[in-house]
Amino acid sequence: MQRLALAAADIQDFGAVSARTVVAGVEVVCDPLGALFLPETRLLVVSDLHLEKGAAFARRGMMLPPYDTLATLKVLEAVIARHDPAIVVSLGDNFHDRVGSAHLPDVFRARIAAMARGRDWIWINGNHDPDGTVDLPGQSADELHYAGLAFRHEPSLLSPAGEIAGHLHPAATVVRREKAVRRACFATDGNRLLMPAFGLMSGGLDLRHKAMAGLFDRQSLVAHMLGRDRIYSVRFANLLG
Amino acid sequence: MGVKRTDSATGPALLPAPFSGWFAEKGWEPRAHQMELLARASAGESLLLIAPTGAGKTLAGFLPALTDLAGRGRIPPGSAFTGIHTLYVSPLKALAVDIERNLMKPVSEMDLPITVETRTGDTPQAKRQRQRLNPPDILLTTPEQVALLIANGEAQRFFKDLRYVIFDELHSLVTSKRGHLLSLGLARLRRLAPDLRTIGLSATVAEPMDLRRWLVEQRPGEENHAGLVTAPGGAKPIITILKSEERVPWSGHSAKYAMPEVYEAIKAHRTALLFVNTRSQAEILFQELWNINEDTLPIALHHGSLDVAQRRRVEAAMAESRLRAVVATSTLDLGIDWGDVDLVIHVGAPKGASRLAQRIGRANHRMDEPSRAILVPANRFEVMECQAALDANYVGAQDTPPVGEGALDVLAQHVLGMACAAPFDEDALFAEITSASPYTGLPREKFRRIVEFVATGGYALKTYERYARIRRTPEGLWRVSNPQVAQQYRLNLGTIVEMPMLNVRMVKRGARGAIGRGGASLGKVEEYFLEMLSPGDTFLFSGKVLRFEGIRENECLVSQAFSLDPKVPAYAGGKFPLSTYLAEGVRAMLDDPARWSALPDQVRDWLALQRDVSTLPKRDELLIETFPRGSRHYMVAYPFEGRLAHQTLGMLLTRRLERAGRRPLGFVATDYSLAVWALDDLGHAFTVERPSLADLFDEDMLGDDLEAWLDESFMLKRTFRNCAVIAGLIEQRHPGKEKTGRQVTVSADLIYDVLRSHEPDHILLEATRNDAAAGLLDIQRLGDMLARIRGHISHRRLDRISPLAVPIMLEIGREPVAGEAQDVLLAEAADDLIAEAMGADRT
Repeated sequence: MQRLALAAADIQDFGAVSARTVVAGVEVVCDPLGALFLPETRLLVVSDLHLEKGAAFARRGMMLPPYDTLATLKVLEAVIARHDPAIVVSLGDNFHDRVGSAHLPDVFRARIAAMARGRDWIWINGNHDPDGTVDLPGQSADELHYAGLAFRHEPSLLSPAGEIAGHLHPAATVVRREKAVRRACFATDGNRLLMPAFGLMSGGLDLRHKAMAGLFDRQSLVAHMLGRDRIYSVRFANLLG
Repeated sequence: MGVKRTDSATGPALLPAPFSGWFAEKGWEPRAHQMELLARASAGESLLLIAPTGAGKTLAGFLPALTDLAGRGRIPPGSAFTGIHTLYVSPLKALAVDIERNLMKPVSEMDLPITVETRTGDTPQAKRQRQRLNPPDILLTTPEQVALLIANGEAQRFFKDLRYVIFDELHSLVTSKRGHLLSLGLARLRRLAPDLRTIGLSATVAEPMDLRRWLVEQRPGEENHAGLVTAPGGAKPIITILKSEERVPWSGHSAKYAMPEVYEAIKAHRTALLFVNTRSQAEILFQELWNINEDTLPIALHHGSLDVAQRRRVEAAMAESRLRAVVATSTLDLGIDWGDVDLVIHVGAPKGASRLAQRIGRANHRMDEPSRAILVPANRFEVMECQAALDANYVGAQDTPPVGEGALDVLAQHVLGMACAAPFDEDALFAEITSASPYTGLPREKFRRIVEFVATGGYALKTYERYARIRRTPEGLWRVSNPQVAQQYRLNLGTIVEMPMLNVRMVKRGARGAIGRGGASLGKVEEYFLEMLSPGDTFLFSGKVLRFEGIRENECLVSQAFSLDPKVPAYAGGKFPLSTYLAEGVRAMLDDPARWSALPDQVRDWLALQRDVSTLPKRDELLIETFPRGSRHYMVAYPFEGRLAHQTLGMLLTRRLERAGRRPLGFVATDYSLAVWALDDLGHAFTVERPSLADLFDEDMLGDDLEAWLDESFMLKRTFRNCAVIAGLIEQRHPGKEKTGRQVTVSADLIYDVLRSHEPDHILLEATRNDAAAGLLDIQRLGDMLARIRGHISHRRLDRISPLAVPIMLEIGREPVAGEAQDVLLAEAADDLIAEAMGADRT
């Protein structure tokens, strides 16, 4: 919704307000474009790109616009240009379905190759695309342990400490003066962090949803919500005003 | 069927024997319009019958078919397959059921060899199957079922013997997308049964010729229209305004204050219908009435969100005259024959003349006796509006909307349906479609784009060819790619796009797990409303105060609550702002104290007080008041142009004030006025002309500002969502998995934004803009208003709120927040966090 405007607009590199926080002792920066940057290691995380979502629906008879991949890649290019990371981790559900990367049109393939040039690129496998990618730079893995953090697609119930995960597309709803505003968000209690979906045609799941239950210590849970050019950080307990 | 002996001569009895005998037995005499319609239809003419409620319209419509069928005699068993003879299409399922009941009476009393059956969404699968194999003579159905039947491979066989198609309540059918779809269905029926004739039944409308053209085939260069039969009008209704002893509230729409008096009126009549404008009003009033129902009169509730079974029970009880009152919304607007209703109570101002006339027509279905109606204004402005309506002899006016050009999303749906029926030739289908009056002007090129849209989505970027839903055969015909496409079509057919709704189920208090299962289902409530609730919150639904327990899968779990101060469901009905067409009348009344004598004392005192502390708006000027309140500065304007127009104006004014650096925070609109509040002193700003009011209200705001805002607006997104669902871009239902409405909403917004940024001239965006043009009628009004008030803006700088401003000030906080203001709220929430000095440092 809100995020899609990004693809159409020229993304400014100044004026954006990120939020810094700490996950398991590691300093991280929540970028309003929906990516997480680790300044120490110059590692950039994006999650749930869901590339070729339109095509995946078309395969099932719903002719959604074929422009989602391009839109998502444009924003990805902007956030990579902003942080110039040494490593890019794409945290799973990189493609909307299993055959997505194999059927990816060449023009998009070339754009990804250009982005990956001069850096390491790691595709974490997700539930939508468990078989890895076809003909793309970088390497595929189920998990990555690096810089004191664990990067995986689905949050695990066993080992929350230092986990960066995606999968759930967290979103938070703020209610003020009887009005509700809902945005995708980074969700962290300082121990684990859930990434917002980066794919521009992805929906969100509210932090209050039962699928989120037990993942966080709600006392210290903060939603870093994606605004137009800044992050709005709201404590879980304060979301409903 | 409301036919009654009249004293006037009705012409020679041309009725065949069983009918003339039956009429005589009842002590009835056929009316002139019934006989005229019978004679002309039997001679092969298609006809439009315009008749007031109670004129025996329905029987008139069926007479040609009944006499024809009676003459045909019984079909011997073992004969060749006979398709249906007469198709009756009604906008409401309830109406079809009601008609069956009424039609069976003469059929069985005359022992006519005629079979009559209904077919609606509620008809069991087995019965539908049987109907296809062994069709009745007369099938009573809805527009959606017509679409389903003609998209079936056996349509040819089913409809080959079709002689009559009767459209009931045609005036209400044709103005919507359902009417567009139905017009295309009729075009197909004419191809399947070239001899068929149509009979349209309608209340009085502004443009009968639109309906007459709708009923018959249109060919290029020809002016074809159905014949017209008009029944004489009935007695003039007696309408009064409730004069309450109670205090009439400043604002709001509930009219709670008047319930004791309404209750007395119910007691004094046989059966009363209470019409309200929204479902939430219906809920509140029903509860209020029961709170004071000391005689435990049987009073029921009827609105579209209630469970079907519950609605049917109410309808049946009503038909059997077991109820003393029903509180209802538009679900009961149409011509269901209630017989015994002798009073209509209309709560709220009459927001449309034709609608009010229809509703009042519900009372006393006998055309020679006047209907009785009481208008109950819900607030002080409505008192004036009601009075202005009566003064202007408003009820005689006609303001039905025009038929309008055929919608493109509907066309897309129909094209897919026709491919499901049989492979089609593009030129032949184009000729058929343009024979339907809403589509006569459709350019061939646009039709080609629609076909392409149906096939692959119609995008400039051609990447979906291999996934096409319909493809060309080697012979050049379009056919569906696989049977699953047809299945998906059938599941998603129709033009009524549901708001995302959740089923409401009663459970034990605190139960959220397995124990909670199995309670009664109470109906459906919109999902976005529930998102605002936390467990433990209470709301009013189905006449009960309920405690929200939580959401499980597709259900909202609730328990019985004992709270006396419930939150109220905010239904779609409540969100669609009603426009008033009485602005001029109310302005004139405000400007002319001599006319205040008709108003209740308290309203008169209110106006007098306003005159003393501020001023009353002159008839041709715009009054602007500014005053501080709390830490904010308010501007209230009184254009009286209706809420839609005011909302648009509020949005545009806020943008302008923002640009002028006046730091506006928000606005709210009612049917009568508009309030904007800001951090800066607006009164001072206007006095030193930064900006001047003349500049602020300059007409040029309707240019670029408007365009920019419209593209972002909720209205367009909602319109797009409807178009996308109807056109089949987004499925509401997919075989095997129910997609909840919420998911549809999200993806529709996303698709809208994608299309807007990547393919702004996509056919579906064109369809959306065409649709939105209807909403733009209010912008026309806004333009007229801005032109009218140029040089006539009167500014009052006050040190506190004026009496006239009270109603709108009470509305603040009830409006949804839109656009840029969202970020303001987020910032506010984030500031709370900062105030707590915890969480993130900010770079």
